[in-house]
Amino acid sequence: MGWGLKLELKGITKRFGSLVANDHIDLLVQPGQVHSLLGENGAGKSTLMNVLYGLYEPSEGQILVDDKPVTFDGPGDAMAAGIGMVHQHFMLVPVFTVAENVALGNEATKAGGMLNLDDTRARIREISDQYGFEVDPDAVIEDLPVGVQQRVEIIKALLRDAEVLILDEPTAVLTPKETDELLGIMGQLKADGKAIVFISHKLREVKAVSDIITVIRRGKVVGDAPASASTTELAEMMVGRAVSLTLNKEAAQPGEETFTVSDLTVLSPTGQRVVDGISFGIARGEIMAVAGVQGNGQTELTEAILGLQDHVSGSIRLEGRELVGKRVKDIIGAGVGFVPEDRSVEGLVGTFSVAENLILNRYDRPPFARGLAMKPGLIAKNAEQYIAEFDVRTQSAEAAAGTLSGGNQQKVVMARELSRPLKLFIASQPTRGVDVGSIEFLHKRIVAERDVGTPVLIVSTELDEVLELADRIAVLYQGRLMGIVPAGTSRGELGLMMAGMNAEEAQAQQAQAEAQQTDVEGGEE
Amino acid sequence: MSTATATEPQQSSAPTDIVRNWKTPVILAVLSVLALLVFAIGAPDNSVTFRLSAPNDALVLPDIVLSAVVTGWVTAVLMLAAAIWSFRLVRSGRKVPGWLVAVFAILFIVGFLTWVVGSARTPNVALYGLLAGSFTLAVPLIFGSLSGVLCERSGVVNIAIEGQLLFGAFSAAVAGSLSGNAFVGLAAAAIGGVMVSAVLAVFSIKYIVNQVIVGVVLNVLVSGLTGFLFSTVLSSDPARWNSPPRLPIISIPVLSDIPVIGPILFEQSVVGYLMYIALAIIYVGLFHTKWGLRTRAVGEHPKAADTLGVKVNRMRFMNVLLAGVVAGFGGAFFTLVLVSSFGRDMTAGQGYIALAALIFGRWNPLGAFFAALLFGFATNLQYVLSALGSTVPNQFLAMLPYVVTIFAVAGLVGRARPPAASGVPYIKG
Repeated sequence: MGWGLKLELKGITKRFGSLVANDHIDLLVQPGQVHSLLGENGAGKSTLMNVLYGLYEPSEGQILVDDKPVTFDGPGDAMAAGIGMVHQHFMLVPVFTVAENVALGNEATKAGGMLNLDDTRARIREISDQYGFEVDPDAVIEDLPVGVQQRVEIIKALLRDAEVLILDEPTAVLTPKETDELLGIMGQLKADGKAIVFISHKLREVKAVSDIITVIRRGKVVGDAPASASTTELAEMMVGRAVSLTLNKEAAQPGEETFTVSDLTVLSPTGQRVVDGISFGIARGEIMAVAGVQGNGQTELTEAILGLQDHVSGSIRLEGRELVGKRVKDIIGAGVGFVPEDRSVEGLVGTFSVAENLILNRYDRPPFARGLAMKPGLIAKNAEQYIAEFDVRTQSAEAAAGTLSGGNQQKVVMARELSRPLKLFIASQPTRGVDVGSIEFLHKRIVAERDVGTPVLIVSTELDEVLELADRIAVLYQGRLMGIVPAGTSRGELGLMMAGMNAEEAQAQQAQAEAQQTDVEGGEE
Repeated sequence: MSTATATEPQQSSAPTDIVRNWKTPVILAVLSVLALLVFAIGAPDNSVTFRLSAPNDALVLPDIVLSAVVTGWVTAVLMLAAAIWSFRLVRSGRKVPGWLVAVFAILFIVGFLTWVVGSARTPNVALYGLLAGSFTLAVPLIFGSLSGVLCERSGVVNIAIEGQLLFGAFSAAVAGSLSGNAFVGLAAAAIGGVMVSAVLAVFSIKYIVNQVIVGVVLNVLVSGLTGFLFSTVLSSDPARWNSPPRLPIISIPVLSDIPVIGPILFEQSVVGYLMYIALAIIYVGLFHTKWGLRTRAVGEHPKAADTLGVKVNRMRFMNVLLAGVVAGFGGAFFTLVLVSSFGRDMTAGQGYIALAALIFGRWNPLGAFFAALLFGFATNLQYVLSALGSTVPNQFLAMLPYVVTIFAVAGLVGRARPPAASGVPYIKG
């Protein structure tokens, strides 16, 4: 094929009020290439892509398609120009079938505006066969695994004759295996002469798949790098200073096992076993990390410990005291610190000030309260102390917490939860959507809490983070514990466990795969 | 990776504990015990006559004469059997099939009718009249709930059905009287409905005001406005302002001679036939056309529709206006078919009942149609029974339709899922 399409951005600037999200960005995307856009959260990658897809209008600058300037008044124009986008949060109607979703906005019709879904079905099968997607046009979206939903998004773009495909953080929701499959699909598309813009902050994937990497920092292009650039180089370009990608933590000194979960089962309101007979323990001074693809029971597990779930059976004991059946307030009182997975919804009250958010777990008791009255002086002083200690970048302690950046919001939550002596510390997705600089800081604080002798439970869907922090790793799949493995376990093995294999099987298969790898050394791979 | 296929883990769905839903069997059991006690043991000792055709019909069917005792016992025992069977089904982890519930409902209605008519002073009822009356009462409800379907499917909650019906009725009466032509009145009703819709659309879509509040306020506004005009203008000269001609009843030859259903379905005013047309167009349109696909998409996931180039708010605006036309026709039914004058608040809450029918019918045009028929039937039954001199106090009969609805919605229909974005304004960016 290879008629391809050349896409060029010249001096694109996008302002939101006084904030400059994109500052004179130049970008040249060639057909038959995977062009990665690397940058931290909030660097302006998504804004740029939304400009390119016609969702935002640029304040300045030009978009050129095959050297001709174009203006996009909406996604419709961008699609007509041959640009397709796979959004980070899928743009699929959950109750529609695959065919209905694909047809929407681009409907094949018979006389009188009647839908001709047969036509759409045939074209879905055609594309599905061409790329080995295995997508059933009549399946309902909400019944499909996320990996397949993503393929539906790609089909949507391809059916609209997209020559440039924008993939916005496509691997965030995928298992390691699904990620590998996606990277394979990208290779095929590239071979067909499509241009692919791959947006990510995951260095390993970017290196694996890119022909060229453009690094963006604070809305500006820092420079281009070849895929052969080292991870340290890329990380430095991305953050703007030397960062240590590996956390230098001391080996754990596990003490007595003070936190135990035995035979814990949590039922969803519809009776699904979302947590299914889990048992484990965490010792003082140890970090247990729970790995797994999102939606495999992690949320329910942490919420059950905190008393937020309704149908819980089994036992959760902290220093000998049973927590199942206790009120949330009593569990917090027992010394459990909790960083929820969605800070803006569950971790903070966005319209409250930073100072107020910092005392949400202690507002009703001395020293911050006396009787019904609160003590603003002490609250302000407390805020000052933690803002300094956690390096929270805020205009003042009185600023609304919702106005802070993701990383700084997370620091506020973490500061609050670590502001009192704990007997158990739980952090769900502690660094999701947080810039690399803050990740380093937050990780150090978590390890510091461990070193004080607190049992720590981390839940993360990012394998990098799990490997970074864990002293032991528990893998969850569909609510069941696939096994608890030591910190040094390989990614491949963890990936297999995350896809539903128990520890022994995963280990055996990984060993077999590695043996074969050595056999075909220097082969096509 | 080729070796991976051998021990590939299965992508099975999460393990599920069988959640036994005892709601349906319990409701069936309660109702069948009630049937046993009232319809069977409490059966009046006489026979009940159901007349199927009027004496002057083209084809006269014989009357059905049932013994109240026998019918009571037969239906009650069958219902009890159905209830027991549903218990066994649920215990073995299966679901109660829909047809069983439907059969049960029919048995219950037959048992109830036989008992209630049998215990009246005149145990003789014209079934054709009962059904025809139900249908008539249901027509404005059907228009109202179709209006609701159009709005809610595209993501706008329409509480203003009542206001649309009332203003449609008012406009039809005034325009019909002034022009002396019922069809001008019909057109005016559509315009009246659209005017109410336009206010709803502008405030809820453009200015993002809470849709429930706009709807309620509109109902009060229309009631006040028409009430004021009624007492000042319309009452001052009723002959000029408030005596619209009626729409003619058109009977379709041959078809209207079919016993029982012929007069019900094929002897209608223009508005009645319009109702069939609207129902068919909206049903087919919603599920089989480009417009319908887009409408449902903006009601479920507007952002997804937007990223595919569908203009979300324009789609919603158009649908809300169209809903005004539909509800306006429903309003015309009051002043151009039912009676030929406008009365203060003459829609009497029918708009809210239409809203209930919409939910009972699970946001589906056909479902709403049947739900509206049920409401119409229950309402008409109450009129017919008090005319027959039923021993059951009138107030209890008046409650019946709503009791039935609560049981039906709670126990027999299952959990309804509204369009995901219904009531949620779409703000770009």
